Amino acid sequence: MPATCTTLLNNEAIRRAITRISHQLLEKNKGCDNMVLVGIRTGGDHIARMIQQKIAEIEQIEVPLGAVDVTMYRDDVGSTRDPRPVGKTEIPFKLDKRNVVLVDEVLFTGRTIRAAMDAIMDIGRPANIQLAVLIDRGHRELPIRADYVGRNVPTAALEKIEVEFDPSGEAQEVRLLKP
Amino acid sequence: MSFAHKHIISTKVLSRADIDLILTTAQSFKEINQRDIKKVPTLRGKTIINLFYENSTRTRTSFELAGKRMSADTINIAAASSSVSKGETLEDTAKNIEAMDADVIVMRHPASGAPDYLAHRLSRCSVINAGDGAHEHPTQSLLDLMTIKEHKGTLEGLTVAIIGDIARSRVARSNLYALKTMGATVRLAGPSTMLPPGLEELGAEVYTDINAAIKDADVVMMLRIQLEREGGGKLLPTKREYAQFFALNPENMKLAKPDAIVMHPGPLNRGVEISSYVADGKQNVILEQVENGVAVRMALLYLLTGGSDKE
Repeated sequence: MPATCTTLLNNEAIRRAITRISHQLLEKNKGCDNMVLVGIRTGGDHIARMIQQKIAEIEQIEVPLGAVDVTMYRDDVGSTRDPRPVGKTEIPFKLDKRNVVLVDEVLFTGRTIRAAMDAIMDIGRPANIQLAVLIDRGHRELPIRADYVGRNVPTAALEKIEVEFDPSGEAQEVRLLKP
Repeated sequence: MSFAHKHIISTKVLSRADIDLILTTAQSFKEINQRDIKKVPTLRGKTIINLFYENSTRTRTSFELAGKRMSADTINIAAASSSVSKGETLEDTAKNIEAMDADVIVMRHPASGAPDYLAHRLSRCSVINAGDGAHEHPTQSLLDLMTIKEHKGTLEGLTVAIIGDIARSRVARSNLYALKTMGATVRLAGPSTMLPPGLEELGAEVYTDINAAIKDADVVMMLRIQLEREGGGKLLPTKREYAQFFALNPENMKLAKPDAIVMHPGPLNRGVEISSYVADGKQNVILEQVENGVAVRMALLYLLTGGSDKE
C-alpha cells in the first residue's frame, strides 16, 4: 500500500481540463475538418473519447476516433518475465494527410509516445501528429513534449499517478501515490 | 497475464485460460495482416527455424509470414535438401540449430512424438509442433478455434462434427482436446476402419453414419483423406466408394444447423471428402481458417519469445 495518496484532479477539474484542451485543439487546427483522434490503450483511448464528445458539443461535428495499442512497438519487449498482453489497434479510417491528435492519460518518460508514433507511421502518413495528455508528470527520457496538457504535475520518479475511470470510460479522478 | 508454456507440442496441456489468451492475442495481431504495410518490429533479433521433415505449403508459409511480419529472422529447412539426407540424427540437427542461437524451432515430422523428444533435449530453444505423424497439430486446432469463435461468438456449448480419417488425423486429435477444454461437444465420424478404439474415453461421441454426425451441428469439419499414406495398409476400398458414403454434399449439409459453418484444414480432395458445391458454398470458412492461421502463429511466437524467462 502507498504511504500517502493525494487527489490531483476530481471529475469536475478533469472535465474543465478536457474542455480547455478541446478548445485549444479547435483553435490551433482552425476547426476539426481534417482532425482525427487516436487514443493510446489503455486509458488514453478513454480520454480521447471524452475529447471527441466535448468537440461534438462545441462544433456539432464527430471527429473520427481510433485507438492504438503500442505493445508491439515497445522498446522493452522481452524484458518482463511474462510477455505483456497485446491489445487491439483499431483505426477504422485512413491516416494519410490527416492531422492526427495522439491522446494519452499520463506523459512520463515519452517512450510510450515514441512507440505510438512508430505505430501511426506504419499505418499511414499523417500531415502531422500532435500530442494531448491529461497529466504531464515530467522525467522525460526522449526529446518529446506535449502540445496540449491538462495539468503539469511535478513528481518524484518513484511516485505513481493513477487515473480512475468509471465503467463508461469517463475519467473520475487523478491521484498521486507516494511510496 | 502469464503463459506458462515454453513449447507448444499438444493442445492437451493447454488450459482454458491459455487458449483464451492465445485467441485474444491472435485477434490483436490479425489487424497487422490487414494493413498496407504488414510489418511490426516486435520480434526484432529473434530467430525462428522452420524444420520440415514432411511437405507443407500452408503451415510452413504461414509460420514464415508470421515470423517475418513481426520482424523475426525466419529460416526454412526442408529435410530433403539438408544434412538429414547425409544421415544426421534429429537431435544433432536440432542441437546444431540451437548452437546458432535460434529462439524457436517449428517442426513437422512424420514420427509421432518427435517434437516432444526434441523439447526435452534442447536447453534454450522453444519447440512448436507443426504436425507430428498421427499425433497432433496444435496450431491448426487453435486457428480452427479462432475461426469458430469469430463466427459463433463462443465455443462453449457448440456441437462440432469432425468427419473423415480420424485414425491418422493429427488435426482431429488436437481439436478434440482443445474443443473439449473449451466446453464444446465433439462428434467424430468416419468409416469404422478409420475410427481407432478408445475415442469415447477421450470424451468424443463416435459415429459411423455421417448424417447422424452432421445432424444439428454448429460446425462441420471435413478431414482430408490422406491418399499418400494409403500405401501402408489400405483403409478404403476405393475413393469413389468413400465419396458415396462420407463426402459432405449439399444434401447432407442441410441436416446441420442453418447457420452452420464448413471447415477443412486443407489441402482439399475435391470430389472425395467434400463436394465443390459445399467447399465453395456460402457456409465455407476454409480461407478464413488460412487467414487466421497467420495471426494465431504470430500470437504463439510472441507468447513464447516476448517474455524474458520461461524456466
